[in-house]
Amino acid sequence: MENQKSKEIILKGIGGSPGICIGKAYLVDKEGVDVVKTYMVREAALPAEVNRFRTAVKKARESLRGIIDSTPEEFRQHAQILETHMLLLEDKMLFDRTIEMIESEHINAEWALKKAVSLVKPIFENMSDDYLKQRAEDITHVSDRIMENLVGGDPFNIARIDKQVILVARDLSPAETSQIQLERIKGFVTNRGGKASHTSIIARTLEIPAVLGVGNATLKIKNDDIIIVDGKAGIVVVNPTEQTLLAAEERREQYERQKALMVRISHLPAQTKDGIRIPVMGNIELPEEVVTVLDHGGDGIGLYRTEFQYLSRPDFPDEEALFENYKDVIDVMGERPVTIRTLDINGDKAVNFIPDNFQELNPALGLRAIRYCLLKPEIFKTQLRAILRAAVHGNVRILIPMISGGDEVDQTIRLIDEAAESLEKEGIPYNRDIPLGIMIEVPSAVITADILAEKVSFFSIGTNDLIQYTLAIDRGNRHVAHLHQPLHPAILRMIKRTCEVGREKGVRTYMCGEMAGEPLYAPILLGLGVDELSMNPQAIPMVKNAIRSINTADMDAFMDEVMRLTTPDEIQLLLERDFGSVVSAIESA
Amino acid sequence: MKAAHSRTLQIVNDLGLHARSAAQLAKLAAEAAGSVWIMKNGDTADATSMLDVLTLACPKGSTITVGIEDEADIETLDRIEALIRRGFGE
Repeated sequence: MENQKSKEIILKGIGGSPGICIGKAYLVDKEGVDVVKTYMVREAALPAEVNRFRTAVKKARESLRGIIDSTPEEFRQHAQILETHMLLLEDKMLFDRTIEMIESEHINAEWALKKAVSLVKPIFENMSDDYLKQRAEDITHVSDRIMENLVGGDPFNIARIDKQVILVARDLSPAETSQIQLERIKGFVTNRGGKASHTSIIARTLEIPAVLGVGNATLKIKNDDIIIVDGKAGIVVVNPTEQTLLAAEERREQYERQKALMVRISHLPAQTKDGIRIPVMGNIELPEEVVTVLDHGGDGIGLYRTEFQYLSRPDFPDEEALFENYKDVIDVMGERPVTIRTLDINGDKAVNFIPDNFQELNPALGLRAIRYCLLKPEIFKTQLRAILRAAVHGNVRILIPMISGGDEVDQTIRLIDEAAESLEKEGIPYNRDIPLGIMIEVPSAVITADILAEKVSFFSIGTNDLIQYTLAIDRGNRHVAHLHQPLHPAILRMIKRTCEVGREKGVRTYMCGEMAGEPLYAPILLGLGVDELSMNPQAIPMVKNAIRSINTADMDAFMDEVMRLTTPDEIQLLLERDFGSVVSAIESA
Repeated sequence: MKAAHSRTLQIVNDLGLHARSAAQLAKLAAEAAGSVWIMKNGDTADATSMLDVLTLACPKGSTITVGIEDEADIETLDRIEALIRRGFGE
């Protein structure tokens, strides 16, 4: 150990995406030293340096002005934030102080700006008031804008990373994670986020190992540190010893071998021992992901999230663009079902589209998904028309998110009818005869499943939100993330009721939440009566294998015992006792 | 920072001195010939800097003192007082 330069440190987080990788850390920190050039400036060149800074601020002001002027009336409130940023650009604590530092310390503008920001930002970050705490973000935005003009290019951009690294960041926004290019990034580690957060979902889609919710990763890990990321165990090892490295390398190879094997056998159908065939479908966000679903043996698309087309652009996509996207997916899937979920703009994604005067204290309980769509019927109808048109080309189902009562279903059906009528009038080909389903993710939908079943053809249980709303747990909050328990007796009873009502009313019950992708849960889900499972494409082979090991005919005693148990831990233990060997046998096959 | 004049006022708007109100205040203060200061519990902020004002953390009901350094800015002080008293028009 004596010759070890730095000590080995083990950081614990939440396993966000399985796999093991070993590599150099690359800190995505907007104040990171690697991003900002620092050098001394000669006395005589100081006025020019100050001028360079003033010009950068002026350009930032002009571009902000441009954005504000082009913001549609509807998003005026959003523009107000930008107006605030305009003022911040020239705030004494940033502007004057940067110039002072250039002049007194003879340093370049980038360096001076970085120093000014690092003086003022912590004041806000350390405030107890949440509102004021968040103003630190405004300072970051504004200084990034100036910095961008100073360095004469884009600000730090993940898409530009050109070496094989492991990303270490405080948090990654959905937009940032979507830019990551698989071949460049080996894995990632973030301070925030939990297993069901957007970042984790994207990481799994990209098959990148990820450990989230580490808390202080960006403090403990330095640029170019050698780190090991174990996305299954949720562990990051910094500066590993030779011994640790060898062991990790062995585990990595073993994992890759298993994965390859799983993929090879994934194309066989998922049929239980007693001959019941369970469709195992894939969840996708981008049309390109259909290929991954097919590669992993998916029987169809159980959840096509359609938000991305809305969030990747400043305005709303038109019907034609949406239609093309949906048709791309349908064309690849052929006769396999494609379940298109209508716009589910939610709390962490709504930034651009929900005007600022809706700034909600509690976005998870706010204007999202179907509530937003019913408030904006024109935006909703554009999407519905695109879906009905795409449905001509394949096996399409339509899925409505966040339904909390029958009224919302009635209104949705009316809008679908209107969309169909308008297409009819215009002589555009469409298919109105497609199954309509609703997400079961709000507890009130479970309680009124008997009412809702009369109006729809299928249920799809969205476990992430159902757990969040039933157990009152924010899955992105690392302090409570461990309480996001799929095996909680309340959740199992919710699923049971939904399936029972469904069977009674002839409505099939599917599941498309994260819970469906956990192989160990498959026995319980089948026992409760879920008819179809949809998950991240990477989970499909494992779940298919788990299903093949189940005999639903002799599940009754097991399910009776499950429903008698009172805590998630007891249920987990029972599952491991009765099915653990099956699942681990698959994993080490 | 010897104030030629100062006034002690209460923040009455629901949101307190947040970004938008601090910005309005900073704009007004910027018109002054001399310095304009805001004081709260012994801390002092430069009224022309929105960030500095925000660091004072003034929710609804806080008592602050606004001071000017130059006699000539009495009119600016009046206008700042009026702005705070009418809750920044919110």
